Amino acid sequence: MEIKLWINDKLITDNVEPDMPMLEFLRDKGCYSVKRGCETSNCGLCTVWLEGKPILSCTMPLMRANGKHITTLEGLQNEAMEFGAFLADEGADQCGFCNPGFIMNVLAMERELESPTEEDIKEYLTGNLCRCTGYMGQLRAVKKYIEHKRGVKFDG
Amino acid sequence: MLRCNNYVFAKSLEEAYELNQKRNNAVVGGNGWLRLRKRQWDTVIDISELGLDNIEENDDVFKIGAMVTLSDLEHDPGIEKYTKGAVRESLMHIVGTQFRNTVTVGGSIFGRFGFSDVLSMFIVLDSYAELYKSGIVPMHEFAKMPYDNDILTGIVVKKTPLKIAYSSFRNQSTDFPVVTCAIAIGSDKITTAIGARPSKADIRTAHIDELKDKEGYAAKIAKSFDYASNLRASGEYREHIAEVLIKRTLEKIEVSYGN
Amino acid sequence: MADHKAVNKPVRKKDAMALVTGKPVYCDDLAPKDCLIIKLLRSPHAHALVEDINTSIAEKVPGIEAIFTYKDVPDNRFTMAGQTYPEASPYDRLILDKRLRYVGDPVAIVAGENEKAVDKALKLIKVKYDVLEPLLDFRKAKDNDIIVHPEENWRSLCPVGADNKRNLCAREVSENGDIEKAFSQCDVIVEETYHTKANQQAMMETFRAYATKDVYNRLTIVSATQITFHVRRIVATALGIPKTDVRVIKPRIGGGFGAKQTAVMEVYPAFVTYKTGKNSKLVFTREETQTASSPRHEMEVRVKIGATKDGVIKALEMNTLSNTGAYGEHGPTTAGLTGHKALALYSRAEAYRFVYDVVYTNVMSAGAYRGYGATQGMFAVECAVDELAHKLDMDPARLREINITKEGDLMPAYYNETANSCALDRCLDRVKKMIDWDNKYPARDMGNGKIRSVGLALAMQGSCISNLDVGSVALKVNDDGFYSLMIGASDMGTGCDTILSQMAADCMCCDVDNIIVQGVDTDSSPYDSGSYASSTTYITGMAVVKTCAALTEKIKKYGAILLGCDEKDVDFNGKEVYKISSDEKISLKDIANSSMCNNPNALYASEGHASPISPPPFMAGAVEIEVDKETGKIDIIDYKAVVDCGTVINPNLARVQTEGGIAQGIGMALYEDISYNEKGVSRSNSFMQYKIPTRQDIGNVEVEFESSYEPTGPFGAKSIGEIVINTPPPAIANAVYNGTGVRIRELPITSEKVYKGIKNED
Repeated sequence: MEIKLWINDKLITDNVEPDMPMLEFLRDKGCYSVKRGCETSNCGLCTVWLEGKPILSCTMPLMRANGKHITTLEGLQNEAMEFGAFLADEGADQCGFCNPGFIMNVLAMERELESPTEEDIKEYLTGNLCRCTGYMGQLRAVKKYIEHKRGVKFDG
Repeated sequence: MLRCNNYVFAKSLEEAYELNQKRNNAVVGGNGWLRLRKRQWDTVIDISELGLDNIEENDDVFKIGAMVTLSDLEHDPGIEKYTKGAVRESLMHIVGTQFRNTVTVGGSIFGRFGFSDVLSMFIVLDSYAELYKSGIVPMHEFAKMPYDNDILTGIVVKKTPLKIAYSSFRNQSTDFPVVTCAIAIGSDKITTAIGARPSKADIRTAHIDELKDKEGYAAKIAKSFDYASNLRASGEYREHIAEVLIKRTLEKIEVSYGN
Repeated sequence: MADHKAVNKPVRKKDAMALVTGKPVYCDDLAPKDCLIIKLLRSPHAHALVEDINTSIAEKVPGIEAIFTYKDVPDNRFTMAGQTYPEASPYDRLILDKRLRYVGDPVAIVAGENEKAVDKALKLIKVKYDVLEPLLDFRKAKDNDIIVHPEENWRSLCPVGADNKRNLCAREVSENGDIEKAFSQCDVIVEETYHTKANQQAMMETFRAYATKDVYNRLTIVSATQITFHVRRIVATALGIPKTDVRVIKPRIGGGFGAKQTAVMEVYPAFVTYKTGKNSKLVFTREETQTASSPRHEMEVRVKIGATKDGVIKALEMNTLSNTGAYGEHGPTTAGLTGHKALALYSRAEAYRFVYDVVYTNVMSAGAYRGYGATQGMFAVECAVDELAHKLDMDPARLREINITKEGDLMPAYYNETANSCALDRCLDRVKKMIDWDNKYPARDMGNGKIRSVGLALAMQGSCISNLDVGSVALKVNDDGFYSLMIGASDMGTGCDTILSQMAADCMCCDVDNIIVQGVDTDSSPYDSGSYASSTTYITGMAVVKTCAALTEKIKKYGAILLGCDEKDVDFNGKEVYKISSDEKISLKDIANSSMCNNPNALYASEGHASPISPPPFMAGAVEIEVDKETGKIDIIDYKAVVDCGTVINPNLARVQTEGGIAQGIGMALYEDISYNEKGVSRSNSFMQYKIPTRQDIGNVEVEFESSYEPTGPFGAKSIGEIVINTPPPAIANAVYNGTGVRIRELPITSEKVYKGIKNED
């Protein structure tokens, strides 16, 4: 099938099999940050943005992205480094395999929620599984990042 | 993984319906469930270009398109106001933000899954499944209908004055529920749904006078359903949890709406 | 530690920015695009023989390169366990076997150009199975009529008490003192049986590897593994080819936690590429990773523990029954740790006795999972100690204070080692303060149907496998004086590349940034047993210290030549070699660059390390939970932990290790459970059915360190990787009892079990 879409603001046209999963398509196009951690929509590792909204690229039919914009971590390198530095400074990057999907969702949350509390953060990010960190270091990093972005002390 | 020979964006509901009459074809909602079927489809029918992704509200009803995502429903201000947060409560524990941004109300309702929070919630509302051929069917009837080749185009929720609350019990915060409970109290009747028993949600309706003895009501209603065991809990425990959830959901209604 | 510039500092992981920006650094990101895709046809039966298998139709599917069955593989039994020579796990596997021993055991290997072709071919392989009765209850396994491994070429390489004709993978009896006499002196005795379940490590990157042939026609395997060097041996043994023909490379890997201490799947791409000469790769699905992998051994542990009425523990006895499943990977060694580690928490007792049996059954093979048997033993012992305290009408914290192992104590159950560094008493004291034990023990009724209660547990682990593990590193000086640190230990995300660099930086008096590291390559990295047994910091860390000392000598020696003086007249401060008695000096940069011109002595050193002892880290964990009396639901409110891992090399990484281990322990305690139906089919085959904790499920975890100084460790360090998973199951079980009076002795501690316990009490 013909497909035309933007990946990280770059126009791509291609002919794909009708059941090509979005996740594999993105990896084929060099977006290796997009990872698969399960086959049941449970882990959040494959999170990308479709028209700015975080979605599961393992689940969303690729053809639905026709004419639309997909963003992966490859397209958000500056922000990845900005937030990633906080994560790294907690030692909470760990194995790193869940990081891209997690960071995509953190960046989406930062755009979407005005002044999230700790509970809001946990709720928004709960679909991002991580087996290394126990989540505490990720939470510290997110709070520090929000403080940094908003210039105010986190009071959630 | 979703496997198909053809992927077709239906240009009309009629086209979608026609295609859906073939046994090896299927309509894809959010693909949360279709992808788990280990099956090769001939044609997967996408109805996302038919304008079914809006929530329309007027003085009397909400019309929720089948392709509205769970997130859009969760964050709809009208729904939030009408159900005093009950719909949001029924959705917010489902997997995660990205999942709910991806999957659809139509997919959730059409599947009529045992574990469905969404079905458990809607079945107590004055709500109707809108089917392309069969027309408008009350939700509790739709829940019991056999799976057929009709197309669910949306859900209609009448703004009948109801006091509404929702509860679920989960072993882990984003897991399937062990038991779900939704209650809606109208001017003279109370409707209680218990789902994930683990079979799908069903309702019991009673006169509101029965609420004079809330404990008795909870026990009686909980007992009236059948329960079974699976990985998550035994049937016996589910029955007990159902009783507890009915009591607690009634308490939520009192807190939200007063006596 | 004021003089350390890098050690004990929260240094950022060297690979951090690559990971957080999503760079393609993992196995499947690196695999050549032309790899044949491999999938395995798996047994639908828990116990069966392949009576007939026909692949001819499947082979005709366009794009199929090769299909292999048991008829095509060598008859060399081997183990997939990543363990050092002499391997303790029995040689009980073939790449493909005629006998199938669990639902999921591979029946055929299919390799093709694309996934669709392979999927199609899988469906077209015709197999006739002779279905046999499976052995599913591990309590009935020993001497059962059903024998899991009747084959004549089954081999146990070590004297671990194995006997395949009895379904025994291992058996041991060990004791110290007169156990009967010691129990006879006890006023109070507790004897109970505890049951821990198999759990999945559930690392986010599933098992995966790819194979290629290099320019010398050698087989190269790139694998997400913790045991790079063992994979070389395992693959060569399985394929029956010389080890010279195999090279293994470990890139960044997406977590392991012991799962990847078993070469669960490397042999399949290795075999395909060996046979076809083409690149091939195998990426396990999550379903395969859940159902055909290397989870924690299910165990039933009976503990008998006795004390005088004033709370002096006199005797401890443990009987462990461990379920190794269809194959024996890590079976003999994990069972040993249940007693040798857990009983050693109370080394002041007069006598102990420890017996274990490890049995085969027809479920997926178990393997190594963080804690490695100690976790199971610790659950039993730390629950039993609480039960003893309640029987004595004593605060369980107090009972521990009286009896725990203290610095300088001999630990008979722990291979007669002495606790040279032990701050367990301080850990306990501090964790009590952190959780406010004295005010909160045992529980408070919150008045809304909820009870808040506290519970605690202690733990220990090892820092290596004594007299066995080997770590070695190499260090060389490059242009301008930067160093390459070559490591054979497999960083699996925990940060060992970084902490070893921190040690090297302090030894060489330079910045961590002046040291570069690489992943592991068996062709070029110095030998290391691998990243397991908590050994990297302790063993490989000492190899770093020794190597740096050796290289420093070489730098001084060469610097002295350049300065025209005797080497004993100079010293090295990291930046320059200088004459002790004058201002004359030469910079490392000049030394390094000079060494590349007309210099016969390489500025390169490599040293190894092994240890006769395995100094235990210690830990105290305390939890506050809220129990809903009406439903039995448990919410974790706070988890406090204090760890004695000796000197903390990197406080951030140690903290995250601890927090991560606690979260895994919480999952193990509350819901993680690999279960099977009556036919032996896994019911836990996905993340939809096997739930691990989310960030909403772990409460608030707070970690502190109470360091002892381990004289035999690098910079006084011990280990931290494994111990951190051990306290949540017993601490939570103890808290449940303290809140409700319900004692749960079988994991997981589900709401339903707690509710039923409460109901039965009424």
